[in-house]
Amino acid sequence: MKIRKLGLAVALTVWGVALCMATAHAADDTLYHDLGERPGITRIVDNMITHVLSDDRIKTHFEDTNIDRLKGMLVNYFQKTVGGPDVYKGSTDMAVIHRGMHLRNADFNAVVEDLQKGMDESGVPFATQNRFLALLAPKQKAIVSR
Amino acid sequence: MAAAGPVFADDAKPADQSLLDKGMALFDSGKLLATGGVSQLEGAGGGGLSAWALISGYGTRDGAGINGHVTYVDVNDYSLWSEGAAVGLFDRVELSYAHTSFNTEDVGAALGLGKNYKFDMDVYGAKVKIAGDAVYDQDEWLPQIAVGVQYKHNNRGAIIHAIGGKSDSGTDYYVAATKLFLAESLLVDATLRETKANQFGILGFGGDKHGNYSTQFEGSAAYLISRKFALGAEYRTKPNNLGIAREDDVWDLFAAYFLNKNISLTAAYVDLGNIVIKNSQHGIYLSLQAGF
Repeated sequence: MKIRKLGLAVALTVWGVALCMATAHAADDTLYHDLGERPGITRIVDNMITHVLSDDRIKTHFEDTNIDRLKGMLVNYFQKTVGGPDVYKGSTDMAVIHRGMHLRNADFNAVVEDLQKGMDESGVPFATQNRFLALLAPKQKAIVSR
Repeated sequence: MAAAGPVFADDAKPADQSLLDKGMALFDSGKLLATGGVSQLEGAGGGGLSAWALISGYGTRDGAGINGHVTYVDVNDYSLWSEGAAVGLFDRVELSYAHTSFNTEDVGAALGLGKNYKFDMDVYGAKVKIAGDAVYDQDEWLPQIAVGVQYKHNNRGAIIHAIGGKSDSGTDYYVAATKLFLAESLLVDATLRETKANQFGILGFGGDKHGNYSTQFEGSAAYLISRKFALGAEYRTKPNNLGIAREDDVWDLFAAYFLNKNISLTAAYVDLGNIVIKNSQHGIYLSLQAGF
């Protein structure tokens, strides 16, 4: 019976801590630092794009893309998104940027997986990756149009 | 890194696709790893004990996913097998089936039923996502919400009536709210279930003490250690309908490992509390899922 009560306490504590952590969802100005600032984000984007361009699920979308320009835009956009210096000159309207690409949800997730691989290779800890992805996930609604 | 395999450029052209190809393309495996959850005891997508609002499998809103499970639970005096399958359609609808077989082992002999006497149950489930998205709505408080139904039929009607149970079949209704707090690597679920089931339905539905529906609660939290590995806990309350035996709430502490989008393994320490004449039934829960 003691074990049972203890287990119950543990289960309820985990549940309680879960809710508390969830409510502590605050603005995160250290994420830029944790991703290695501009050099770190540049490496992540380089790794990510390498995966995107060899990803059979989505690479056809990038056949006519100026890759160097795309990388530059992504680095600036990510840097701004994670609270770094704002040097991004492009549109922040993801629906406008992706108009005409007819992206499916699976395409969006494929790019996410390539970004995750890119972050793995850059040695970004999983929890830090998720703080970053949490800022990008809401863009799905505007990016996925099909 | 080079591409993993040869590239068949023609595959991208819809005109070249046969109906079969189109059908198979439905199974797009497009969801992110672990976002289909695992299969709970009664076959729905969820944790081990609780049903979640997530739709089973890896089909996106444009596709479908199918997922089979085999689960074994071994506690002090009883054991249970659950096998089943779930189909997720367009990340919106989930249809599931599970067969559970509860083995009374030596208790069966003590009760005069015979050693290893089994209570078998079929569970047919359906779930519909009605609001929110657990994964993408990181900028909103709204969780993913789904409503579900589980029709359960037990093969031991005579025994169930003899111990005070009202029926050998029953229907559970639930509403589940699941939220992934991605920045915290944390998944939380809260589920309310309307049920008459005694011990999930293993001992039938309704009883001499209480014959009607009651509202029960299921809560889960899972912390994502990595993309493939999650640790969590679940708690589920149950009704107390039968006069012959007290029924307790159940809980578990689990570890789930997602090898890839096709295979996952869940191991848990589970405490099922009192079951008929035996107190404090705790032990292991092991589940293997396979799907595409």
